Amino acid sequence: MKETIIHIKNVSFQRDDKVILDDVSMDIKRGSIVAIMGPSGVGKTTILRLISGQLHPSSGSIEVNGEEISAMSHRQLYECRKDIGVLLQNGALFTDLTVFENIATPLREHTSLSENEIRERVLAQLESVGLLGTEELMPDSLSGGMARRVALARAVILNPKIVLFDEPMTGLDPIAMSTVRRLIRKTNDELGLTSVIVTHNVDQMNKLVDYCFVLAAEKLIAEGSPQELMHNNDPAVDQFMNGHVDGPISFRYKPINNSTTTNPS
Amino acid sequence: MNGHWTQKSKLLAPIAETGHCGIFLIRMLGSIRLERGLLISTLQQTYLIGARSLVIIMICGFFVGMVLSLQSINALQQFGASDQVSLLVGKSLFRELGPVLTALLFAGRAGTSVAAEIGLMKATSQIEAMQLMAIDPVQRIALPRFLAGLLSLPLLTAMFNAFAILGAVVFSIGVMGLDPGIFWSKLQSGIYFSKDFMGGVWKSVVFGGLVSLIAVYFGYYAKPTGEGVGTATTRTVVMSSVLVLIFDFIMTSFLI
Repeated sequence: MKETIIHIKNVSFQRDDKVILDDVSMDIKRGSIVAIMGPSGVGKTTILRLISGQLHPSSGSIEVNGEEISAMSHRQLYECRKDIGVLLQNGALFTDLTVFENIATPLREHTSLSENEIRERVLAQLESVGLLGTEELMPDSLSGGMARRVALARAVILNPKIVLFDEPMTGLDPIAMSTVRRLIRKTNDELGLTSVIVTHNVDQMNKLVDYCFVLAAEKLIAEGSPQELMHNNDPAVDQFMNGHVDGPISFRYKPINNSTTTNPS
Repeated sequence: MNGHWTQKSKLLAPIAETGHCGIFLIRMLGSIRLERGLLISTLQQTYLIGARSLVIIMICGFFVGMVLSLQSINALQQFGASDQVSLLVGKSLFRELGPVLTALLFAGRAGTSVAAEIGLMKATSQIEAMQLMAIDPVQRIALPRFLAGLLSLPLLTAMFNAFAILGAVVFSIGVMGLDPGIFWSKLQSGIYFSKDFMGGVWKSVVFGGLVSLIAVYFGYYAKPTGEGVGTATTRTVVMSSVLVLIFDFIMTSFLI
């Protein structure tokens, strides 16, 4: 039985009067690739931000590596983040730095490696994502898939324990999607990482992840392996996994019930 | 009641923002570490925002010097004192026009570019990525740009003044035929180092800090959208210009 590396317990989160997450609990096992799935706007990225300490839950607790994230000081949080790599939706490469310097940035900031050692590690990382030879290119000359792979190389350069992926496949062509998918699996297994992927791409996730959590209407509605979820009889899970228009998950925006919005005075 | 609170919060908003900006400044200064990386990035930014503003500063300085001597000679001729033109131009430039006009030009050229650059970094999640890599963006992004502004403005003011004097020389001596000896001797004997020259230097240091603080602050707290970046650049120019003129009055009343 693998140990839990991320423990989310009864977490609720609201922004102004809008409830985003309501009493959500998840246990993410060390070494696994886990997907957090659900329709757009359901709070998947919010969970990543809660795990990385960018947001604090309204109630409940989040433990990463046995430490409560929301109780950490600014300095402790920054220390903890050295063990967490994050790949943001658009890659978020530094546009004024070359590919090499983008990947080297965490090494320059957090290690005392010599210039030769930094060069060796960056080139090895570029090799592993299949982009050796692009080190002098600027981010604006990379395709979407290449930028995502550079961002992946940057996210794992410090050998973190956990990597968080925010929609890593969005906007990619099928070949780039498969490449990124294979890279996530390869990196996870070779480096012994724990990967948490936020996505709504059911097909890609079925081919990649070990375990899934499905969110809908502010709550966790199901969890299990991709195969288990494909055969889940819950109407909401069935609607999401098979992409049915009709079902309990509404695609209409729900306005907040707030007296100030209805009172004309 | 609701309207009353809204009005009150609108009145308090500028005070709250000033306080927020002050906290940001303290946070930025608190993140100073004497290390090679900070020196290199400050020098890079000094080149980007300082050296690249040089041409516009030199051109404007030259024409300000020309127009100042044109107006001065025109006015002084009525009293038969047109040989005093270098003194009048020099005093106006070193004490007031040099630091103030350079700061206003700097706000428009470099301030907007800094605010837009940082705002765009925020809109494209680069600031967020930096925080997630456990790198403090205030230390790495805001601080070098602030220090570069602080360093650049006095140097740019010196260039502005030098080219304004050159403009005055070209117009007064070259066009109006004033005696060069009188021009330079009046300038040399009438301008005092501590009162006139250093007064302008202190002003330019304060204006440099003010403009670059406003630029990095509005850029850093810009809404991460195209409109947010646009608003940040506009507010940078407006607030910098207004505050430079207010601080100019305050400093002049102490320095005079």
